[in-house]
Amino acid sequence: MPIASTLLATLLAGCSGGTSDTKEIVIGQYGSLTGTSATFGLSTANGVAIATEEQNAKGGIGGVQIRMVVEDDQSKAEEAATAVNKILSRDRPVAVLGEVSSSRSLAAAPLLQAAGVPMISPSSTSPKVTEVGDYIFRVCFIDPFQGTAVAQFAYNSKNIRNVAILKDVKNDYSVGLAEYFTTTFTGLGGAIVGEEAYSEGDFDFKAQLTNLVSKNPEALFLPGYYTEVGLIARQARELGFTGIFLGGDGWDSDKLVEIGQDAIAGAFYTNHYSVDDPNPEVQSFIKKYQAKFNATPDGLAALGYDSAKILYMAMEEVAKNPEHAAAFADRSGVPATEGARKAARAALRERLAQVTGYPGVTGTITIDAQRNAQKPAVVVEVTKTGPKFVESISPDGSSRKSVGGDAPAAAPVGGDAPAAAPVGGDAPPAPQEAAPAAAK
Amino acid sequence: MTLFLQQLLNGLSLGAIYALIALGYTMVYGTLQLINFAHGEVYMMGAFAALYIARYTGVADNPTLPGVAMVAVGAMTACAILGMLIERLAYRPLRNASRLNMLITAIGMSLLLQNIALLSFGALQNFPSLLPETQWKVIGVAVRSNDLVILGVTLSLMVALTVIVERTQIGRAMRAVSHSRDAAALMGIPVDRVVAFTFALGSVLAGAAAFLVAMDKHSVRPDMGMTGGLKAFVAAVLGGIGSIPGAVAGGLLLGLAETFVSGYLASTYRDAIAFLLLIGILLYRPAGLFGKSTVEKV
Repeated sequence: MPIASTLLATLLAGCSGGTSDTKEIVIGQYGSLTGTSATFGLSTANGVAIATEEQNAKGGIGGVQIRMVVEDDQSKAEEAATAVNKILSRDRPVAVLGEVSSSRSLAAAPLLQAAGVPMISPSSTSPKVTEVGDYIFRVCFIDPFQGTAVAQFAYNSKNIRNVAILKDVKNDYSVGLAEYFTTTFTGLGGAIVGEEAYSEGDFDFKAQLTNLVSKNPEALFLPGYYTEVGLIARQARELGFTGIFLGGDGWDSDKLVEIGQDAIAGAFYTNHYSVDDPNPEVQSFIKKYQAKFNATPDGLAALGYDSAKILYMAMEEVAKNPEHAAAFADRSGVPATEGARKAARAALRERLAQVTGYPGVTGTITIDAQRNAQKPAVVVEVTKTGPKFVESISPDGSSRKSVGGDAPAAAPVGGDAPAAAPVGGDAPPAPQEAAPAAAK
Repeated sequence: MTLFLQQLLNGLSLGAIYALIALGYTMVYGTLQLINFAHGEVYMMGAFAALYIARYTGVADNPTLPGVAMVAVGAMTACAILGMLIERLAYRPLRNASRLNMLITAIGMSLLLQNIALLSFGALQNFPSLLPETQWKVIGVAVRSNDLVILGVTLSLMVALTVIVERTQIGRAMRAVSHSRDAAALMGIPVDRVVAFTFALGSVLAGAAAFLVAMDKHSVRPDMGMTGGLKAFVAAVLGGIGSIPGAVAGGLLLGLAETFVSGYLASTYRDAIAFLLLIGILLYRPAGLFGKSTVEKV
């Protein structure tokens, strides 16, 4: 249980500080460390931990060490709001990272927006999340694009014309993704032959699946989380479904194959990165992650890493202004310095909004006017030994079938000044060696 | 027609699971008139117990029939111990307090167990396939061996429980305690022991249900007691809480209602429509399908 013990250490570290007058900069993080979708939160926290360790090894932000405070939301939306309230009132963070699930990000984002604390969601893909306000950012693509990518893949690459959908009706992400998929897929000329719903926590999907399977779809689109998808796949096969399963990034967990077994093998889903990617950024991250956690990082770990890296990069630049640097490390909580703290966070928000062409593990990240990241999606195939790269789909609609590097990058958004490009001070880690594939 | 038969079977297989959990609710209520909200959590703990026993004894990797039986018995024993512990520590000190206090304690117990599970087991875990799974096509309908096992176990447990309650010495004591605890004590019936036995029996049922469901659904999760327990509770009430055949009838009816609403109306409103149906039934039969209406003496 190396993951659990590391987390425990992080949590304990979070409890011990506080009263001492050692200078530190506190960053909050909320996520699902326990509960139904626990692997989401655990992977993200691991990715963030690596980024924080690296930053602290470099001397933190302006010479002050970063302390990451992690709160568990038990995979529940109402707990996400509680966790963030706790972080805000107890720890006075400069910024907050989280959540994976869009429903949980949506529960907490209004609190952070009202408090004027920048939030970066590593991997919430519902467009509603960043619509909450100008302090809410994300480093992943959004569902309208993800839905388009799956639909294009199904129609163009797999020649599928009839699809049935089974979605989680209580999950903003799932409902949204189903809708965007439908729009693109029918626009291309495909047909949605049936659409049914379930609720998170269900364990029996046979009623809905019997209906869907009777309509003979070539593929079943399951825009849900891995917790239910594995089971749905098994029950669909038991009811005689022989077509292809398609899904989105909510599938990204080792548990998917553990539960779905043979039924889910050969299915395809869109994700944020692929471990097969020979890009040195990617391979160096995988190496670091394996060394520390003895596991292959999933997309959520990679996004957690990228979100923290971008935050620290922006903070470093803002901290060049000594007033802001002092405000970042100010943990006194006295009203006299509240203005300076607010100004520093506002400056951080400004800087985050200008991130352009950041070379992340999950692709080149450019924050657009809606505070979303513009970047390609990767289609992977589920195999019993882990996800396998199939193709990469860019926001402009072009696709790339080779695993090759991310060279042509996402088309630059609007006339962005090249000056803002690859971010000062943050020299990409030298690729030790370009390992062709991650050893599992 | 095939579609209808398939949905009927789907409904029965789902309903059998609800019925199996509902039996435990009904056992405890029948004797103590206590709605043991922690029952769902005992069921969840039973599933994790089965998982860890299977893992540590190596049955998970190499399932043999005696090994699988040992896992099932182990899970049921773990549940029985947990059930008796809960009764001894949380309910017995309150036995003479108002019924509301016990009910609130039961809810508290349920939350406590759920959070213990969250902390110690984390999340969803994969449950190994212990019994060989086969399925047959009968006139176009997919019949799964697991469904037959669950339905069979539910019905045989229903019969066994009825026999225990109606035909044995301890069963007679249970009925006496249910009728009047004080009078039973005066007649020399060891009330504490009878209540403890009732909890053990109810929890053994939860263990059996947990083992079968975990195996059928290939996964165990700390919140499985909440969703499963709630539905089972509704099933028990629908059938007439306290009635053993009522729990089974209620479970099957709820399973069928959910399945047919999903299959023929709209899966989005499944719970809403299914529960509306239940409210309708309870309006006509407030004591549930098999319940006896009693006149409260004032």
